[in-house]
Amino acid sequence: MTRPVTVGVLALQGAFAAHLSILRVLGVEAREVKTNEQLASVDALVIPGGESTTMSMLLVKGDMLAPLRQRVVDGMPVFGTCAGMILCSERIEDGRPDQHCLSALPIVTRRNGYGRQIDSFEAELDVTGLDEPFHGVFIRAPIVDSVGDDVAVLSAVDGQPVLCSHGPVTVASFHPELSGDSRLHRRWLIDAGLLPESLAEASDETAEVTP
Amino acid sequence: MTDQSIPSRERSTGSPLVKRGLAEMLKGGVIMDVVNPEQARIAEDAGAVAVMALERVPSDIRKEGGVSRMSDPEMIQGIQEVCSIPVMAKARIGHFAEAQILQSLGVDYIDESEVLTPADETHHIDKFAFDVPFVCGATNLGEALRRISEGACMIRSKGEAGTGNVVEAVRHIRSINGDIRKITQADSAELFEWAKQLRAPLPLIQEIAETGELPVPVFCAGGIATPADASLVMQLGAQAVFVGSGIFKSDEPVKMANAIVEAATHYQDPQILAKVSTGLGDAMKGLEMATLETKLAERGW
Repeated sequence: MTRPVTVGVLALQGAFAAHLSILRVLGVEAREVKTNEQLASVDALVIPGGESTTMSMLLVKGDMLAPLRQRVVDGMPVFGTCAGMILCSERIEDGRPDQHCLSALPIVTRRNGYGRQIDSFEAELDVTGLDEPFHGVFIRAPIVDSVGDDVAVLSAVDGQPVLCSHGPVTVASFHPELSGDSRLHRRWLIDAGLLPESLAEASDETAEVTP
Repeated sequence: MTDQSIPSRERSTGSPLVKRGLAEMLKGGVIMDVVNPEQARIAEDAGAVAVMALERVPSDIRKEGGVSRMSDPEMIQGIQEVCSIPVMAKARIGHFAEAQILQSLGVDYIDESEVLTPADETHHIDKFAFDVPFVCGATNLGEALRRISEGACMIRSKGEAGTGNVVEAVRHIRSINGDIRKITQADSAELFEWAKQLRAPLPLIQEIAETGELPVPVFCAGGIATPADASLVMQLGAQAVFVGSGIFKSDEPVKMANAIVEAATHYQDPQILAKVSTGLGDAMKGLEMATLETKLAERGW
């Protein structure tokens, strides 16, 4: 590659700053994406947590929905967390009628499926392919109602998928950017061919992040 | 399909990270004051990231006077029913019984707020005793750190609620962030003096010297009435904005709400700000500080 890998974080609203910190620890060029010009300049995109309804409206107001859908169809690697997972899904249960999604992978999600803030929780997650558990932070988290046959479920809570991947797209119903652990971001970038495999064997040093 | 063989482990709720986590999700957004389900729907339709349910917006509290208290639970529940975004509600300073009631209603955040009439002139609520997270107002860094040491998971600079005048909001966010910048330049001996001056716990001062920021998100409130106001306070370091009377006391609340939402995202882009500021009708009339009988920001200790 002639230039360093550039990873965007959709920064219309939400926890984008924490994702940028983690990506920078991994040594990739990380930048905010708020406009179509910025979207065109990135090789991959993180869609962060936040309010999915707000993000959907701001995508429409900024005329970004169609270009973003096209990038997804063209195979741009996407990592969606919480609200980002909702936006990536094929269908949203209990969403607003005017809420859009990107169909980046065949899953159906349910907004606030785990309940209100009082039900938000932390849990250690066993993740396929990781030696040590991953600390999952679930904030008014969405539930994955169903997944297509070719979707890999990499972690589950009470039998419900919480981490899924499908080609270059990975989604989590929790917030890997809040636990200061870069392993899932790293793995997504390696799977998408944007980081060399050799980093997969690197020690499990975690990103020094103050979320 | 779901791999049922992956075991689930224990969940913990109400932890500091979970409480602060929701504040992280609200960054870059607008939290709007609403007094009924209809306004809540308008706020959500305009792209608010959360609503603050209260009985009267601050400008009406100012006008009508009397004691302001927690809202009627029926009103809060009515708003929860129509909203899919987080619903916050206010408790009086020190009124932990109101906070207990709000927690039992399942509100997503409690604002221990100077906008309501204080219930305790010495003590704030012990916010560690709750699973629901709290936001508290602050006029300066010492006040912010005292609230954090009591368990607040989000700080909002107070400004002067119900005035539509951004001058106090600017004073407070500048004071908080200005002192943080000075502390990052202080040597280790000077940090003890900072702790004394600010009447704040030394470990929090030392943490700020290290990280250059508060350990919780800092939002801005009190007097934001236009998209340009939102841009101003965000360029001064606020990570999101609360808009109270500024929306539903403007000529065209729907337009104003939409415009401030876009301004919070594109606060650094004057061209987009110019576009969203166009044709909004009159912002709320607003008040000069010198004319105020009560300064709400002086409540809190």
